[in-house]
Amino acid sequence: MINIFEVNETNQMIERENLDVRTITMGISLLECCDSDLDALNEKIYRRVTTQARNLVATGEAISRDFGIPIVNKRISVTPVALIGGCACRKPEDFVTIARTLDRAAQDVGVNFIGGYSALVSKGMTQADENLIRSIPQALAETEKVCSSVNVGSTKTGLNMDAVRLMGEIVKETAEATKERDSLGCAKLVVFCNAPDDNPFMAGAFHGVTEADAVINVGVSGPGVVKEALKAARGQNFEVLCETIKKTAFKITRVGQLVAQEASKRLGVPFGIIDLSLAPTPAVGDSVAEILEEIGLEKVGAPGTTAALAMLNDQVKKGGVMASSYVGGLSGAFIPVSEDQGMIDAVTVGALTIEKLEAMTCVCSVGLDMIAIPGDTSAGTIAGIIADEAAIGMVNQKTTAVRLIPVIGKGVGETAEFGGLLGYAPVIPVNRYSCEGFVNRGGRIPAPIHSFKN
Amino acid sequence: MNKAIITVVGKDTVGIIARVCGYLAENHVNILDISQTIVQEYFNMMMIVDVNRLEKPFEEMVDDLEKIGEGIGVRIHCQKEEIFTAMHRI
Repeated sequence: MINIFEVNETNQMIERENLDVRTITMGISLLECCDSDLDALNEKIYRRVTTQARNLVATGEAISRDFGIPIVNKRISVTPVALIGGCACRKPEDFVTIARTLDRAAQDVGVNFIGGYSALVSKGMTQADENLIRSIPQALAETEKVCSSVNVGSTKTGLNMDAVRLMGEIVKETAEATKERDSLGCAKLVVFCNAPDDNPFMAGAFHGVTEADAVINVGVSGPGVVKEALKAARGQNFEVLCETIKKTAFKITRVGQLVAQEASKRLGVPFGIIDLSLAPTPAVGDSVAEILEEIGLEKVGAPGTTAALAMLNDQVKKGGVMASSYVGGLSGAFIPVSEDQGMIDAVTVGALTIEKLEAMTCVCSVGLDMIAIPGDTSAGTIAGIIADEAAIGMVNQKTTAVRLIPVIGKGVGETAEFGGLLGYAPVIPVNRYSCEGFVNRGGRIPAPIHSFKN
Repeated sequence: MNKAIITVVGKDTVGIIARVCGYLAENHVNILDISQTIVQEYFNMMMIVDVNRLEKPFEEMVDDLEKIGEGIGVRIHCQKEEIFTAMHRI
């Protein structure tokens, strides 16, 4: 039988170490909504989302109450809208009406984000894909809860450099369209390479076409728990360190598995996956950077950071995989600058640069995330950064993403404020040398040789 | 059997267990196990209970116990047992 020490350990994780389930995300297929009439399409989408997800928030809250574990976010991901809107939307403005419909549906069911305003263009763009992409700045400026993502490459297809170049411009336009709010729109826009179909985390969640009608995916969290556990392993060797992380990751993931199964049962929707990512928040003590510092770095960004992060990420997976029957999504440590107090501090004192962050993304998910860059950074430079990050994903057969915020009107040394879970970020310097000649070539970068496995 | 774990943490005072047990008896909740320690005048108790015959929704019992705790100056949590077994048992 469970003993008092075990009960106290669990409750201490919840009360003092910020253990929570970060998100229950319901994936909803919109494929059945296709219609050549735009109004009918919007009406079908609204009805499909609000019917399928009507009990999501209440169920999440009831589970949270029964087990005494906070479930921070309840969210929805939908089929990439470029696929659904193709037959009705003739111009970018038509797609914006779908964004408004999704926003209204999200508002009415009470979720805090809805993802899937997306296009998958890793090899080529259809006219519908391009229209959706060109509608992103307006869509994100006019809605609150809609999140957008574009997949521009994969290990199997190579990189669609036309899409990369276009996304450089779109990120910039999105920043302009929301400049009075520190370019907040860009915090809701992710550019992927190797995007997963079942990611529960925003802003990159969408319900892939390989998925069923509806599915429940859960993202766990708990950097604070790992950090506290590691305090007990101070001065010990790597074997002890790794064992401690593995055991802690197992415990955290089991909570996620329990919540996912319970949500699936109560909502009558199949369980999809648990995403093992360690997801930080701006709260003190809920930081991946602080784990790395507990491991022995003075500040994150110091030499050794990449190795420490590689080790952390691997041990979290090894512990987590045994705790869940299905693991998927992104599953790795997140390093979003604005959402992690330790990362913010490291950038502020100059310990952490965008180049070091890029190196870190080679060994963990998910990419250059929530990084504020100067507002006068050119679209070409942003496309170059996207290309670099996508190349890391393509060659290493992993997901990478870019969520950069060129903060219009602000420069290095100033701070962008996004509020809530999105936090705040000091504007970080970007290499000023041009890459226009490279990104303007057009066409595709072919798939790497090791993708040919057949 | 449908088990839940009740934890009570706070400054020690007379009648904590009596107050909690009274409520449980009224609501047909059977106590299976109690362990209790006092560390530096802090009361720390855990009960394993069977809520199979509980007539109200479980969430209501969680709220009631929280309120009883506030009344006597301690923190009372009531959680379904599965969260602990999931975390601590393979």
